[in-house]
Amino acid sequence: MKNYEIVIGLETHIQLNTQTKIFCGCKADSWESEANTNICPVCSGLPGILPVLNAEVVQKGALLAAAMHAEVNPCSIFDRKNYFYPDLPKGFQITQFYEPIGKGGYMDLTMPDGSQRHVRINRLHLEEDAGKTKIDHGVRLVDFNRCGVPLVEMVTEPDLRSGAEAAQYLTQLRQLLRWIGVSEADMERGHLRCDANVSIREVGSTVLNTKTEIKNVNSIDAVRQGIEMEAQRQIVAVEAGEKIESYTLDWDAEKGTLRKMRSKETEADYRYFREPDLLPVVLSNEEIERIKASLPELPLARKARFVTEYQLNDYDCEILTSERGLSDYYEAAVKAYGGEAKSVANWMINELLRLMKEKNLAASALRITPQDLAQIIQMVDDGEVNAATGKLLVSKVDVTGQSPAEIVAKEGLGAVSDDAALLALVDAVIAASPKEVESFKTGKESLLGWFLGQVMQRTGGKADPKRTRELMIKRLKN
Amino acid sequence: MSYLTLSAYEISQKVKSGELKAVEMVEAALAQIKAVDGVQGQLDYQQTDPAQDNKVHAFISITEDIAREHAAEVDRKVAADEDPGLLAGVPLSVKDIFCVEKTYSTAASRMLSNFVPPYTATAVERLTEAGALVVGKTNLDEFTYGSSSESSAFQPCPYNPWNPLHATGGSSGGSAAAVAAGETPLSLGTDTGGSIRQPAAFCGVVGLKPTYGRVSRDGLIAFGSSLDCPGPLARDVRDAALMLQAMAGNDPKDSTSSLVEPVDYLAALQQDVRGLRIGLSPDYDHIAYPDTETGEISYQSIQKEVSQAVFDAAEALAKAGAEIVENVPMPNSRFGIPTYFVISRVEAASNLHRFDGVKYGFRTDQPFEDLNELYRLSRAQGFGTQPKLRILMGMYVSAAAHAANYYQRALKVRAMIRKDLTDAFDPRGAYRIDTLLTPTTPTTSFKRKEVFGNSVLMQYSDQMTVCANHAGMPALTIPGGLDPAGLPIGLQFIANDFREDLLFRAGRGYELSTADASWRQVKPLVLREQEVNK
Repeated sequence: MKNYEIVIGLETHIQLNTQTKIFCGCKADSWESEANTNICPVCSGLPGILPVLNAEVVQKGALLAAAMHAEVNPCSIFDRKNYFYPDLPKGFQITQFYEPIGKGGYMDLTMPDGSQRHVRINRLHLEEDAGKTKIDHGVRLVDFNRCGVPLVEMVTEPDLRSGAEAAQYLTQLRQLLRWIGVSEADMERGHLRCDANVSIREVGSTVLNTKTEIKNVNSIDAVRQGIEMEAQRQIVAVEAGEKIESYTLDWDAEKGTLRKMRSKETEADYRYFREPDLLPVVLSNEEIERIKASLPELPLARKARFVTEYQLNDYDCEILTSERGLSDYYEAAVKAYGGEAKSVANWMINELLRLMKEKNLAASALRITPQDLAQIIQMVDDGEVNAATGKLLVSKVDVTGQSPAEIVAKEGLGAVSDDAALLALVDAVIAASPKEVESFKTGKESLLGWFLGQVMQRTGGKADPKRTRELMIKRLKN
Repeated sequence: MSYLTLSAYEISQKVKSGELKAVEMVEAALAQIKAVDGVQGQLDYQQTDPAQDNKVHAFISITEDIAREHAAEVDRKVAADEDPGLLAGVPLSVKDIFCVEKTYSTAASRMLSNFVPPYTATAVERLTEAGALVVGKTNLDEFTYGSSSESSAFQPCPYNPWNPLHATGGSSGGSAAAVAAGETPLSLGTDTGGSIRQPAAFCGVVGLKPTYGRVSRDGLIAFGSSLDCPGPLARDVRDAALMLQAMAGNDPKDSTSSLVEPVDYLAALQQDVRGLRIGLSPDYDHIAYPDTETGEISYQSIQKEVSQAVFDAAEALAKAGAEIVENVPMPNSRFGIPTYFVISRVEAASNLHRFDGVKYGFRTDQPFEDLNELYRLSRAQGFGTQPKLRILMGMYVSAAAHAANYYQRALKVRAMIRKDLTDAFDPRGAYRIDTLLTPTTPTTSFKRKEVFGNSVLMQYSDQMTVCANHAGMPALTIPGGLDPAGLPIGLQFIANDFREDLLFRAGRGYELSTADASWRQVKPLVLREQEVNK
C-alpha cells in the first residue's frame, strides 16, 4: 500500500454571544425557548421590514479576526445568498460573500506530542443563522427562533493532516473564543459548529484531490473520529481502484457513523449580490487599532510567558492557561503571595481545580479569592497551620467567605508548634504505649509513623508534623 | 363643493383654526369616492356593468373606520388646543404597497390578497401623526411592476380621470387617479423607475420622487430596494412640499435612510426663481430603444406637444428670472432603461423569494407531494405575469454564469448615469445648473390595453424618469399643459442629492408664472361629468 496523508480543511460556524440578534432586537440566545417565541417581523422575514445591523456583532467579529491574526477589513459588505428553504424566511441569507470582515490569518497548533502545525485561515465573515425544521408525526414544523442569530463563519486552508490535528484546532479555537469573550463556544448547544472537508493524497504530492464534506458534527471527538473514518474509507477505495466522488456526509452521533447525504456534483448557484438594505460596514483605522489594542494577551503568548516568568514546566502552564480566568487568578495569587510561583501553581492545580470541579464553577466565580489562597500558602510556609489544615482551609474559606486567618482563630486550627506543648504530647504517647516503644527500640523503626499518628489524633491534626517528628525521634532514641 | 377645490394646505389651516372639522373631511372624501370611484379592485373580477366604464377605480380598499378614528383624534387635539400637526384633517390615500396595520396590504397581488400586517410603514405613521386621515389603499401594478397599473390582480384597474379609456400610468396609478379625481388631495406613492412621476404626469397632478434615503422605506413591500423611494402625489407643489415635510428624515428602522437633516421645504417656496440655473438637455428630446430583432439602438422623437411644453416652460421660467442653460449633455441617459432592466429585476427576484406559501400570504389549495411542489404551485398561482417575468430575468442576469456580463456591468453603467448628473450640478463644472428641466414622459397617457402585454415597450415609457432613480437624486413632475386630445403633459425637474427645495422652488415658480393659463381651468372629464350630473 502507498503512503497516504490526509488533507483537511475546516469550516466553523461560531455563534457570537451578543445580547441581541444580528439584525433585530430579539435576544440572541433562544436555548430551551418554546418554538417561535423569540421572533419578530425582521427575523421572520415579513414583507416591507428591513434589517438593521447590530454594532456588537461587528465589534466581536472584528475582535475575533484580530485574534486570528487576520486583516480586519476596513469596508466589509453584506450580500444576499439566495435559496429556498422553509427555515429561511426571507428566501435569502444575509452574509458577506465578496468583502468579508476578516481576510487571511492563522492559528499555530501545539500537539500533545509537542509537534507544531501552522494552520492558515482563508477568511472570516459575518452572517445570520437560519431557523430549524423538524418532522413531527409526519408533519414538517418550522422554528424561527434561531433565525438572525449572529454567526462568524471561519474557513481554514486545507492545512490540517489528521483527525487529531482537527480536534486540536477546535480545542484551541474554543479556548480562544472564550478567552476573548466573543462566544460561549458550547458545541452541544451549537455555539460552535464544524464541517470538515476531507481528501487524501500520496505523501509528497501537493495536489488537492476530490474531497467529501462531513457535516453536523457536534463534538470535538466526533470530528476526530469522523475524519479518521472517512480518510480510511477513501484510502481503501483508492487502493481498490475506485474514484472518490464529491458528496456530503452526515455524522450520526448515536451510532458514531457517517451517512451519505447528497451528491455535490452540481454546485448550487446562490446568485450572490450586494444586500441593498444595508450600508457597507466601515471601520476606520483608529477603530481597527482600538479593537486590536483591546485584545487581551492570547493563550499561547501567556503560556510562553508563564514558562519564562514563573519558571513553570510545560504541563503546569498548559493547565493554568487553559482558561483566561484561571490564568488571571493564578497571576493575582502569585502577586499576593510574593514567594515561589511554583508553590502557587501546585496549590492551584491540586486544590483549587479540585474545588472548581466539585462546584462546577470557574475560578473567578469561587468565593475564595487569589488573596485568600496566597494567605493560606503563606500560613503553611510559616508553620501557622500545617499542610493538611491548609488544604482544609481552601474549602472552608470558599464555603464561609471568611478570611483564612479568621477561620483559624475562630476554630482553633492554629498548628501546635511550641516545643513544650508538643513534648508533653510526645511523652504522653510514649508513656501510653510501652509495647510499641519496645518494638521500636528493638529495630522496628517503621513504627515512627504510628507514633506520629497518635500525636495527630490527640491534636486533631494540628500538630506541626515536622517538629513533632523531630521531637518524637529525639525521645524514642534516648 | 369646497372639498374638491381646497388644497391640503388650506384644509390643514381651516381644521387647525376650527373652521372645518376633520370628521367632515373624512365624510367629504368618502362621498367623493362614492361619487366617482365605482367598484374597487378585486380578485377574479368580471365586468358586467357598463356604468363602471366611466369610473376611476383608484382604490383596492376603503378604510373608513381608520379614517374616522384618525379624524376624531385630530378634532380632539384642536378642541384641546394641542398641535394637530402639519396635515391636520387632510384625507390621504396610500398606495397598497405600504403595510398599514389592520388593513389588507396586498401589493395588488393574489399572493398577498389576505395579508394584514401587524405594523405600519414609517412614512404612513409619520403622515398620520401629522394629522392625515388614511381613507383607503390605492390600486397599482402588481408589486409595482408596470407603468400603467393594468397588471394589478385586483380589477378593474384604475382608469384615467381625464379619459377613462386611457391608462393612469403606473405603478402609482391609483394614487394619481385619486388625487386627480378629487378623492384625496394627497396620496402616498412609490417610485422605483418613475412610478410616482409617470402616473402623476398622465393624470395631471404633482408627483415627487425624493432623494433615495430621504423618506424611510420601512414597511414598503420592496421592489428594487436600491431604487425604491416613497413620495407624495398632490394637486400642487406646496401640498407636495407639505407632505414631504411631514415624512422626511432619518428612521432607525431603515439603515439606508439618510442622517442629513431635512430643510424647511415650505420656506423654500417663498423664494422665487430669480438666479436659478435651469438646464435643458438634448438627450431628453428623444427615446432610445433597442430593436427587438437586431438589438440596434433606434431613436424616436418624443411627442411634439410634450417637447413644446418643455420649451414653453423654460421660456416662462426665464421670464420669471431663471437662467436657462442649454445643451447640457446626458450621454448615458439612453442606457437608463437597459440598466434598470437588470438591476431592478435582480433585486425584485430576490425580494420575491420570501413569498413561498410557507408562512403567510397565498398558499395553493391544490394537493402537493412535497415541499418543492408547494413552492411551485403557490408561486405559479399566486403571482401574475409581471412578477414571473421579473423573476425569470432577475434570476438569469444574476446567475453565476451571467452576472459579470449583466449585473456587474449594469452597476458600472449606473455609476456613469449618476456622473452625467453630478457633472451638470457641479458648482465648479461647465454647466453649474441647479436643476435639469425635462419632459416627464415621452408621450401623454396611452390607451389602456394598447401597450399592456408588451413589457419592453411599456418599460420605455419610463426613459425620462429612470435616471433619477439610478442616481438616487430627487425629481419632481408638475402639470405643464394639455395635448390636443385633452390629456395632461408632465414637466420634470431633477436636482442634486437632498435638493428637493430647489425642485419646489422651480415648480412653484412655474405654477405662479402660468397661473392664468387657460389649460389650468380645464378639469378632468370625470369631474366635469360629475358637475353636469349634479
